[in-house]
Amino acid sequence: MSRNARPGPREGGLVRPTLPVVFPTMPEVLIQGRSLEKRFGDLVAVDKIDFHVNEGEAFGFLGPNGAGKTTTMRMIEAVSPISGGELSVLGLDPMTDGPRLRARLGVVPQENNLDEELSVYDNLMMYGRYFDLDRNTIKERIDELLDFVQLEDKRDSKVNALSGGMKRRAIIARGLINEPDLYILDEPTTGLDPQARHVLWDRLYRLKQRGVTLIITTHYMDEAEQLCDRLVVMDKGAIVAEGSPRNLIETHTPRDVVELRFPAGVLEEVEGKVNDLSDRTEILADRALVYTDDAERTIALVGEHDLEPEMVLARRSTLEDVFLALTGRSLVE
Amino acid sequence: MATPIALRVVEAEARTYRRTWRGSVFTSFLNPILYLLAMGVGLGTLVDANVPADLEGVAYLTFLAPGLLVATAMQTGAGEGAWKVMAGIKWLQTWKARLATPIGVHQLLTGHLLWSGIRVLMVSVIFAVVMSIFRVAPLLESLVAVFPALLVGLAMASLTTAFTVSAKEVSYLPMYFRFVVIPMFLFSGVFFPISQLPNWLEPIALVTPLYHGVEMARAIVVGTEPAVAPWVSIVYLTALIAVGALFSMRPLRRELKP
Repeated sequence: MSRNARPGPREGGLVRPTLPVVFPTMPEVLIQGRSLEKRFGDLVAVDKIDFHVNEGEAFGFLGPNGAGKTTTMRMIEAVSPISGGELSVLGLDPMTDGPRLRARLGVVPQENNLDEELSVYDNLMMYGRYFDLDRNTIKERIDELLDFVQLEDKRDSKVNALSGGMKRRAIIARGLINEPDLYILDEPTTGLDPQARHVLWDRLYRLKQRGVTLIITTHYMDEAEQLCDRLVVMDKGAIVAEGSPRNLIETHTPRDVVELRFPAGVLEEVEGKVNDLSDRTEILADRALVYTDDAERTIALVGEHDLEPEMVLARRSTLEDVFLALTGRSLVE
Repeated sequence: MATPIALRVVEAEARTYRRTWRGSVFTSFLNPILYLLAMGVGLGTLVDANVPADLEGVAYLTFLAPGLLVATAMQTGAGEGAWKVMAGIKWLQTWKARLATPIGVHQLLTGHLLWSGIRVLMVSVIFAVVMSIFRVAPLLESLVAVFPALLVGLAMASLTTAFTVSAKEVSYLPMYFRFVVIPMFLFSGVFFPISQLPNWLEPIALVTPLYHGVEMARAIVVGTEPAVAPWVSIVYLTALIAVGALFSMRPLRRELKP
């Protein structure tokens, strides 16, 4: 009998014919966290979070600085011991199987911790040797990886002579030297200029297409939207929402946003009128956000309410708006 | 067969060292030559003219050289435990990078101490060769004196590592060298017997690792009777290595695996 077919239930002695039920192959769960907790003394850095990451997906942890993203990553990486709950990574327990687990992980840390005095090649060779890979294998992989991150011509350059974006790319290459089953990137593009970020995103997108399971933490909503199939939004150590970027936006915020900018001091005076424009408005320091399903109609209403903003901008809702809706604060402050 | 993890750390240190080995080896030759010329030959001529009874009837150069050998090992060990460690946990954060791989904290520390031992060994062997060139002692005897030097170097590397990972602030390191390493260098029997020290200072000199190494090295090279039985010194220095490693683990774990 086929694994995907079930016999029909017997009812009153009759065998009722049923269509074979097809079970889609369930994706393998690579990481499972249950009530995962991390405390530093009295401080609760990660507050009983539940999440799972499937094989082959790009999974994001989105949240402002201090939300507990990095702490969560460090527990997954078997670097930081967990304080409570359960955590399984690649079927292993990070608390007891650390070395075996880390051998199968690729890690891009938040800080650039390459050896600045050594060449890109030496850095990668050294790192590969930590995994006890054979030197010739590492050599081959270095060639491939430097080609992949477009640093072939910087192979023998000292790291301290590289730009910030190049260092990040060298770290991306370093993290792949052991052909990891799970690739963890903590704030991969923080501090980079827009062009360097796009180069990195392009590389990460290619990894994703190859089927590498990615975990990305970021406080940039555009990064999360670009790269993540599924993500959790973290705030103050807790997960406040979970889903695909599109799904999160649809669930938590109307389709459009009309941004109104007013001259300094005027915003407080017109706050009441702005609030009348829609069921959901947010008054920020320098502008008002009016959430709506019909931007044109809302813009027309602005005139009808005798509001005279300096600037009116209509745009689609983003994860930033989701975060604002969930926490009342913006992601990057 | 898998390479033991601590040896992977040693290999990485060797790879880093390869970049600067020429300058380092040159300095390791130049340093003893300068010291033995200035203090041993230059100052030694004045000292020997007074025929001091405390120098066991040997030339000042012969008295000084084994002490300086161990003192150089001591300073090398302290340097590895200070700057190398600070770079690993703070400046370059390369130790953090290592812990994202199969390497664990105790293997990181073991590898670091092994490499420190290799550095001490290199510097000491070069010193011993220079000593034999200065005809202080035959090469073989000079090389035997490397053994106590290695023990002292390792003890200092281990204790200094414990200090560095506990202090965590780079500003403490110059103070450590000024108030611990340099006084130890000057007052542990390298330049003159500790019997010349004021009475209250003698017991302090007695507990320094350097003193124990100097006594052993001098016994090997000059043939003097050591003031402390060598086995006591060996046990004491070995214990210091263990104490340093032990007191490095907790702060290191707290710093790198919070």
